[in-house]
Amino acid sequence: MANKQLKKAMPVQQKYQKLAQQKEPPRPIFKNCVRAFIAGGTICLIGQGIMEAMVHWFHFDEKKAGDPTVAILILISVILTSLGVYDKIAQWAGAGTAVPVTGFANSLCSSAIEHRSEGIVLGVGGNMFKLAGSVIVFGTVAAFIIGIIHWLLGGGGS
Amino acid sequence: MLLGHRTWKFENRPAIAAAAAVVGPEEGEGPLADDFDIIHADPYVQQDSWEKAERALMEEASNLAIKKANLTKEQVQFYVGGDLLNQIVSSTFNARTLSIPYIGVFGACSTSMESLALAALLVDSGNADTVLAGTCSHNSTAEKQFRYPTEYGSQKPPTAHFTVTGAGAAIVRSSGPGPVITSATMGRVVDMGIKDPFNMGAAMAPAAFDTIQAHLKETQTEPGDYDMIVTGDLAKVGHGIAKELFQEHQIAMDQTEFNDCGLMIYDVEKKKDLVQAGGSGCACSAVVTYGHLLKRINNGELKRILVAATGALLSPLTFQQGESIPSICHVVCIESGGE
Amino acid sequence: MQFFWAFVIGGAICVIGQLMFDVAKLSPAHTMSALVVAGAIVDGIGLYEPFIEFAGAGATVPITSFGNSLVHGALAELQRDGWIGVVTGIFEVTSAGISAAIIFSFLAALFVKPKG
Repeated sequence: MANKQLKKAMPVQQKYQKLAQQKEPPRPIFKNCVRAFIAGGTICLIGQGIMEAMVHWFHFDEKKAGDPTVAILILISVILTSLGVYDKIAQWAGAGTAVPVTGFANSLCSSAIEHRSEGIVLGVGGNMFKLAGSVIVFGTVAAFIIGIIHWLLGGGGS
Repeated sequence: MLLGHRTWKFENRPAIAAAAAVVGPEEGEGPLADDFDIIHADPYVQQDSWEKAERALMEEASNLAIKKANLTKEQVQFYVGGDLLNQIVSSTFNARTLSIPYIGVFGACSTSMESLALAALLVDSGNADTVLAGTCSHNSTAEKQFRYPTEYGSQKPPTAHFTVTGAGAAIVRSSGPGPVITSATMGRVVDMGIKDPFNMGAAMAPAAFDTIQAHLKETQTEPGDYDMIVTGDLAKVGHGIAKELFQEHQIAMDQTEFNDCGLMIYDVEKKKDLVQAGGSGCACSAVVTYGHLLKRINNGELKRILVAATGALLSPLTFQQGESIPSICHVVCIESGGE
Repeated sequence: MQFFWAFVIGGAICVIGQLMFDVAKLSPAHTMSALVVAGAIVDGIGLYEPFIEFAGAGATVPITSFGNSLVHGALAELQRDGWIGVVTGIFEVTSAGISAAIIFSFLAALFVKPKG
């Protein structure tokens, strides 16, 4: 209730917020984008390499090669997280390490190892999806809605 | 004695008989490393979890302060303490070990001066002879509770703070050698509508301004009457804003050395990628005051200082529910004993 | 040639994510959720598969492909089983990724402590 009443910030607050904004060091947007591009591109390049290796050396067909590629990238991410270096790379790379599937694995792994101190069931099990939960929930709901739309528009078999 | 609305003048001049500051590895590599009693290279302090590590630091600082005052814990009458963790467990579990009558307080990063002021009040009013005041924080417990798991790859913006790993404790007594606490001003919660939890400096600066100017007004002193005025953890962004607020209101902070513990504890320029804007956490103002500043008072470099510890009173839940960040600042005046 | 596009497209999607971080000031959770939904929508209009043909890992590695997989599974089952397939098929294609992430993370938690 109090928040709704103060929804319009008082003039003294507005004045201060302007000052605070002036004094806020700007984020190095261009530098961050370049770093994200390089890091993200590199991870995708590695993914591409793994996929080619799967096709040529392990005789997966191109469609099926995606699964082991993703699994290997996830394994690499879990190892780097476990060694304590993923977060250091991420401070440099920003979205470059967060957006690829490696970021998803990092969110699960970091939550799991952090909450080990609270036990395997409640700690690891209960907290593993703390960060990735939103991604899974929204992905699932979006897929459901899109699926229903397709069905309504005449898709669907027997 | 009450001055004005919220300033206590401690006529009996309670003394800080001893103090201890223990820190973690990053702080041990900072500019003030030589002034800390113990530096731990292992952030786990040989414990099983981050929370137990923070507790171990608090216990170590408390025991060391008691020992340095040539006391046993049975001789300490009250323990005033708090920290950042939910239910202030580091302090409560420390109190369990110490078995000293315990007054738990929560002031976020302003707890150091909040607890010190209350300890001085107890002693000055004749309601205690020997009181322990202490607080602690740990980088990993703060990240785990307030932000993300420590190994999560999130990118911190340049306004973010780095929570200090450490604990500071002080023994306040009715008499004896040591620096004396002459007055304190308790803060009011100030909220200027800043919502960004990664920019706490901007949230806390108005609170620092509010309490410091109240202290100066109610004690009828000027910045020039002090050798140093330090804020707790405004760090680069908040400290710059505070300077401007004082200038705007024509309070001449340039008459004295106006610094910030969050800027003193780390080499902010060199370690920019790690600490961004500077230090924060309950331990920030505690270890800088109890380690570094008291040393400088004891060797005569500083005669009279104001320590203005600042705290951001948000929780992860209030942030998720769209609230802004209310803040508070408590100011304590410490002078050299000179008996 | 696909190596080149994998690098460029993958990098570009990450730049979009970075702009969501720095300009829109969104949290990682918000950004990832938005990108997953975007991937789902793109597959919903049938453009993600050609995107994968073109960019290879540049399209399959970013989190957007997770949204694509979820929709793909739902639509495939929809074709097979009718409307109930929308629900039964969602996790069919992504199973490898989620299972791998859970299993490896669990194992990591058994053997490793965070370094801080």
